[in-house]
Amino acid sequence: MSAMTAGEVGLEPVSSPSFVTVTFAETGRSFRCRTAESLLEGMRRLGVTGIPVGCRGGGCGVCRVEILSGRWQAFRPMGADHVSAEDRAEGRVLACCIRPSEDLTIRAVGKIRKAVARV
Amino acid sequence: MALTGVLRPGHAQLRVLNLEEDVKFYRDVLGLVETGRDAQGRVYLKAWDERDHHSVVLRQADKAGLDLFGFKVACKETLTALETKLKAHGVSTERVPAGEMLETGERVRFTIPTGHVIELYAEKKDVGNGLPYENPAPWCAQSEKGIAPTRLDHALLGGVDLDGSYAIFTEVLGFFPVELLYAEDGKTIVAAWLSCSTKTHDIALIRLPENGKLHHVSFWLDTWEKVLRAADIMSMNDVPVDIGPTRHGITRGATIYAFDRSGNRFETFSGGYIAYPDMKPLIWGMDHLPEGLDYAQRKLHQTFLTVFS
Repeated sequence: MSAMTAGEVGLEPVSSPSFVTVTFAETGRSFRCRTAESLLEGMRRLGVTGIPVGCRGGGCGVCRVEILSGRWQAFRPMGADHVSAEDRAEGRVLACCIRPSEDLTIRAVGKIRKAVARV
Repeated sequence: MALTGVLRPGHAQLRVLNLEEDVKFYRDVLGLVETGRDAQGRVYLKAWDERDHHSVVLRQADKAGLDLFGFKVACKETLTALETKLKAHGVSTERVPAGEMLETGERVRFTIPTGHVIELYAEKKDVGNGLPYENPAPWCAQSEKGIAPTRLDHALLGGVDLDGSYAIFTEVLGFFPVELLYAEDGKTIVAAWLSCSTKTHDIALIRLPENGKLHHVSFWLDTWEKVLRAADIMSMNDVPVDIGPTRHGITRGATIYAFDRSGNRFETFSGGYIAYPDMKPLIWGMDHLPEGLDYAQRKLHQTFLTVFS
């Protein structure tokens, strides 16, 4: 882990899963996420929207978010075609690959691909 | 028409972000059989009822996706004849030496206009399906472990120049169109389901804004009941499901789309109908894609057009 943001913390075993609050900066909407699950899964499981849900494995890149405040852990690799070292250092990560360690404020910056061209 | 040229999809080499985690997924959850590992660290697997050495190869990488997709052809003479036809069509080809992939003969490798590496080969070691060649039982212990598809069925590949790739499959490799999805102009093909057998598709192509993309690799299950069993196994193992269980309008197959641990989409697929090369292709318009994709729910799943690796 060469480049961590102020927000990224190393992986430690989560002894007693607890809940934190994740807030969308733009809308002020929030949801309660377990510290033992990915940010994206915490959102998706409750039927909350705001971050696009894709492959949930770090491969497709649609769930990119920017972490504006709060500490987090990356618990699985993120595809290098979606998150560069610079992205990660600046807190632009895939919501399916990180877990919140404390309350987070986030902004979805998802790589939304254009759908098949309409002709 | 007997099967004489390209026989079937033979292997998919996938990039994964955490090799051992995906080996566990493909072996223990999907239920493929691990058949070998090579000096490069690639892991080889096959579906239980396949007889050739492998149909899935996993490679550790820093990004997900498909390295290559291979088809088995009838014999070495066919391999050479197809290589000649590809060159005449203006496609550059190279020969990959026998043994570069475990237990596999020489391969003819080329890149299609949508950016995918395709291979043809004639020889791969017959390792059997775990049942004897004389008086076999219909199934064995391995057929009950995990989701346990019987074989690799097809792949859906995405890229910009669909027409160029379509031409190679239909004009050079002997595939025929079974179903076609057209854009609103009624002329531009958005997706094509192509067969080299009597399946509804051995390869499918979709027009996407980026080249070389994998939409999904599909595995065959014998019944809809087994597709539902697959859904249970996926949920038991926290496998991210994309769509289904449902039935496609296009091809009529029963389906679940889900993702491996690195975000490569796979499908557990069953059914469809028998297609022959003399049958007129079935045509879909973009306005009917919702039920073409999900006949039960008749709604457009945006991820179909936006999520790929």
